Amino acid sequence: MTPDRSVSTELSLHVWRGDADSGGFVDYAVPVDKGEVVLDTVLRLQATQAGDLAVRWNCKAGKCGSCSAEINGMPKLMCMTRLSTLPAGPVTITPLRTFPVIRDLVTDVSANYRKAQEIPAFTPPAGPVPDGYRMDQADVGRSQEFRTCIECWLCQDVCHVIRDHEDNKAAYSGPRFFIRHAELDMHPLDSLDRRGLIHGQGGLGLCNVTKCCTEVCPAGIKITDNAIIPMKERAIDQRYDPLRLLMRRWRHRPGREERPDAH
Amino acid sequence: MAMRGEQTAVRDGLSRDVGTTGRAGIAARTLRSDRWWRYPLATVTVLLCFIGYASYAALANRDYYADPYLSPFYSPCLAKGCGAVPGSRWAPHLGWFGTWWIITPAVIILIFPLGFRLTCYYYRKAYYRSWWRSPAACAVPERHQNYSGEARFPLVIHFVHRYFFYAAVVFNVVLTWDAIIAFDWGGRFGMGLGTLVLLVNAVLLWLYTLSCHACRHAVGGRINHFSHHRIRYRFWTVVSKLNPYHGVFAWASLVWVGLSDGYVRLVASGTIHDPRFF
Repeated sequence: MTPDRSVSTELSLHVWRGDADSGGFVDYAVPVDKGEVVLDTVLRLQATQAGDLAVRWNCKAGKCGSCSAEINGMPKLMCMTRLSTLPAGPVTITPLRTFPVIRDLVTDVSANYRKAQEIPAFTPPAGPVPDGYRMDQADVGRSQEFRTCIECWLCQDVCHVIRDHEDNKAAYSGPRFFIRHAELDMHPLDSLDRRGLIHGQGGLGLCNVTKCCTEVCPAGIKITDNAIIPMKERAIDQRYDPLRLLMRRWRHRPGREERPDAH
Repeated sequence: MAMRGEQTAVRDGLSRDVGTTGRAGIAARTLRSDRWWRYPLATVTVLLCFIGYASYAALANRDYYADPYLSPFYSPCLAKGCGAVPGSRWAPHLGWFGTWWIITPAVIILIFPLGFRLTCYYYRKAYYRSWWRSPAACAVPERHQNYSGEARFPLVIHFVHRYFFYAAVVFNVVLTWDAIIAFDWGGRFGMGLGTLVLLVNAVLLWLYTLSCHACRHAVGGRINHFSHHRIRYRFWTVVSKLNPYHGVFAWASLVWVGLSDGYVRLVASGTIHDPRFF
């Protein structure tokens, strides 16, 4: 049952405190007001009872992706989680469990930025583009959804491929970078064939489309349906579909022309 | 009530990752307090019920035709033996498999809808979560030690989904024809409850098939320059509107196809009488 948190009351917070060497849960009782979000409570806790509590935050509007944490075991933005939406009882807050913890609720997410560097940037064709860079809305609509990503890393955190299997981290880009791959691969003026890249170096085959990334995305991006599955289908075009392989061999066009279907 | 900053909780033992990966030492496998197990439990229950009923219906080899209704489990009937068993008299058949096919003709055709659903992106999510528990729910750890996803054999074989999609389109045409001839009451236009059942069955199967991710890719998803392919872009837009409901259509069509067979079976065996509307 959802508690009545529409009036001022006291909330029992169960916060993980510690660092990479040791840590555990600490209980706090924090006053809360109606309409507050989890981040309000955590900042009040920091201001009144736990001045040394480490927490990363910035915009308080769901746009910067800084205050990612796990609330009652689910990866969420603290600034976008209203207390009134949580079930009755204590609220448990932990740092993201997939990444190394620095202190308390702050984790080291730098591995994601290293993954970002592995993706080749937008590569326009050599020479002048016939129509210039004026784009039809139909051509950029799909990519625009992916551009709303705020890089909160919740999708990376919840993805069981790396959350439950640390050894996969090296060979797996993760959902955030699958949408980056998709954004570029679907761009009409990108001249790189990224299908082999996302399947090989990106480890797309490890994803088993269980859609947790989509469930936790605070930007509402349909990561699995609109990026991962379309890229799996494109990789199948290139690698596995025997009829398309035969067709390509028959057409036999070099370079970018190897995927006439994409144009 | 906890005092200010008092460490009332026992410090957790460090997880196996701490020290090697530096993750927070949290012993609990999951801290989710909601009923996350409902989805995998419901999935297993519905799938088990369907597998049990479909196996019985396919192997029974009787009671699948009650003029003008043909069970979707036996359509198209490819063996000449169709119509020779109780509850199937005058069942239409194509006869491709001649008289030598003596076991139930349902097994010839069920492989196609079964393959379509088994390789479907939605059902993959459903059974990876419920049967493999990989993972059972988001932020609930799986228990497998090793994981290779769909990168290796046998799961890499899921790429055949697009071929099963084309087969599913053919079957939908056949089942739509079955729904149309269910209006034919000895040469006169009529309608019974069974007509409505088969009609809804055909509509749900079309919705499930057309909302499929492979369909979305085939009609236009593989194109980058939509502005150069306006018609395919229109198709892709329509399929994209259906696609978010693919899971809903998957369950609805699965349950309804079982109900359709059950209805025809009850009418064919004489257990119930089919009410006629006009």
